[in-house]
Amino acid sequence: MLLYLLRRVLYAIPIALSVSLVCFMLVHIAPGDPINAIVPPDAPADVVEQVRISYGLDKPLPIQFAIWLGHVVTGDLGRSLATGRAIWPDLSNALVNTLILAVTAATIGFVLGCFLGCLAASFLGTWVDRLAVGLAVAGVSVPHYWLGMVMVIIFSVTLNVLPAMGAGPDGSGSFGLDWAHLRYLVLPAVTLCVIPMGIVTRAVRGIVAEILNQDFVTTLRGKGLRRSGVLWHVVKNAAPNALAVMGLQLGYLMGGSILVETVFSWPGTGFLLNNAIFQRDIPVLQGTILVLAMFFVALNLGVDLLQTAIDPRIRRA
Amino acid sequence: MSASLAVPAPRAAAPNSYWAGVRRRLLRDRVTLICGGILLLMLLAMILAPYIAPHPPFQGSMVRRLKPIGFPGYPLGTDELGRDMLTRLIYGGRLSWIMGITPVAIAFVVGGFLGIAAGFAGGGLNMLIMRVTDVFYAFPSVLLAVAISGALGSGISNAILALTMVFIPPVIRVAETVTTSVRNLDYVEAARASGAGAFTIVRVHVLPNVLGPIFVYATGLISVAMILASGLSFLGLGTRPPEPEWGLMLNTLRAAIYTQPVVSVLPGICIFVTSICFNLLSDGLRSAMDVRQ
Repeated sequence: MLLYLLRRVLYAIPIALSVSLVCFMLVHIAPGDPINAIVPPDAPADVVEQVRISYGLDKPLPIQFAIWLGHVVTGDLGRSLATGRAIWPDLSNALVNTLILAVTAATIGFVLGCFLGCLAASFLGTWVDRLAVGLAVAGVSVPHYWLGMVMVIIFSVTLNVLPAMGAGPDGSGSFGLDWAHLRYLVLPAVTLCVIPMGIVTRAVRGIVAEILNQDFVTTLRGKGLRRSGVLWHVVKNAAPNALAVMGLQLGYLMGGSILVETVFSWPGTGFLLNNAIFQRDIPVLQGTILVLAMFFVALNLGVDLLQTAIDPRIRRA
Repeated sequence: MSASLAVPAPRAAAPNSYWAGVRRRLLRDRVTLICGGILLLMLLAMILAPYIAPHPPFQGSMVRRLKPIGFPGYPLGTDELGRDMLTRLIYGGRLSWIMGITPVAIAFVVGGFLGIAAGFAGGGLNMLIMRVTDVFYAFPSVLLAVAISGALGSGISNAILALTMVFIPPVIRVAETVTTSVRNLDYVEAARASGAGAFTIVRVHVLPNVLGPIFVYATGLISVAMILASGLSFLGLGTRPPEPEWGLMLNTLRAAIYTQPVVSVLPGICIFVTSICFNLLSDGLRSAMDVRQ
């Protein structure tokens, strides 16, 4: 067990390194001299040369990668081309906002998804099942940026009950735990939750239906256990797999919220990325993607470990 | 010579082939048929766009901007530059479909090849291919698409390239899993024992058994690819104006949600319908072809 944990953690290290290599290469696949991605186009030639040397861009690629990696692990993601400010402080603020949005959306999506999935599995083949599956398919097929627009049209433009953009009444990026702030969270979170809702519904339906088919459930029912008692056993058996699906979904939401954040001007990483793309601010693009991808790697690792910890059937050594 | 010999032997019953069964099951599946029909109609409309579209797609008018649905001569209204919405929705489907389907098609070929190679060869080659795949799995798909096309800059080919990179790893994984399970079956062993070369085994025994599941998986990706492709255009990373494309149209019409809310969401409905039809079509194919994943 301990050996497995150790091996799994060690395995994450080459993955993390390769992910940073991919992020590093982003600057180099951008068209033109990578130096143009770091200094503004109107910089004088001697400054360009200076930057080239200080960034190590005159050295071969592997050494450049090592230098860049050295900067990154000490928290230095470079400076934004557009604002000239260090990337990390802005990025960490945005990261908090994205986390708030993603965790809220994931929670709503998971609860709805588990509920619909269990319902569908318990009434397999009936109209309840078909309705739940239909909702799930709609959830994964809907372009969520469009759903966001529809939400704004209904709740902000027509009914005028919820704000259409931003994360707080003062227009600042800070977030608070009162209704004045929370109401800004409602529309983006509901919009974003349909994807995990759909995927979790499908997954939980499959998992639970399979468990309900197993002999031990018949035994439990046969010995006269109440419905709630049987349910508890089913949940215990479904949890590890369901958890794995949900963990991945949280990661996808962190990275995938860019479109929804753009629609609602939510001041998170997606918004930051969108601005970076518009201004061709490659260092910001690179830093944001690196941090989000690292988060995803860590999340994958965490889910894997948690799954092993709570499921006694998994004895990977 | 007895008369009984003259009676022709009863014709052997038509072989109950796998594909006949698939076709029979598909024809019985009403949802799949309807989805296929809708998609076919959309495809026809896009191909025949120059003949059926009521107006030229780029012709705007400053006095006819943002007209509502049902405006005389413009059944679905006009966009923010006074161009006919119906025309642009028909033309827009061309690029949206190309940007959604091309990456999946390329990923099916490239990912299928790499995955089958990894699954069949095993050993070091499998290690190499699958570990590289793991790296790309470490990115959420939207993020990877945005990262690559963001670095490359906007443009249709860049967006297609980025989406292809997103969809190759999952196809590799599926292809590798199916191939590995087929490779260990008895008939492959028997073929090997009777002296068949690797190429023959792959061609005769592996490909016919793995292409189906990989294909079904790939059709399921089209739905996601359509949403992502239009999403990239929505972010300004795919097509450039004035080219009609559903995601880009949604983006430019965003400013009109206060004046013409219904017209402004039309391109999204097209994406939604296409995506849901591809999704259900893929589900139907999966159950008709009896693929378990």
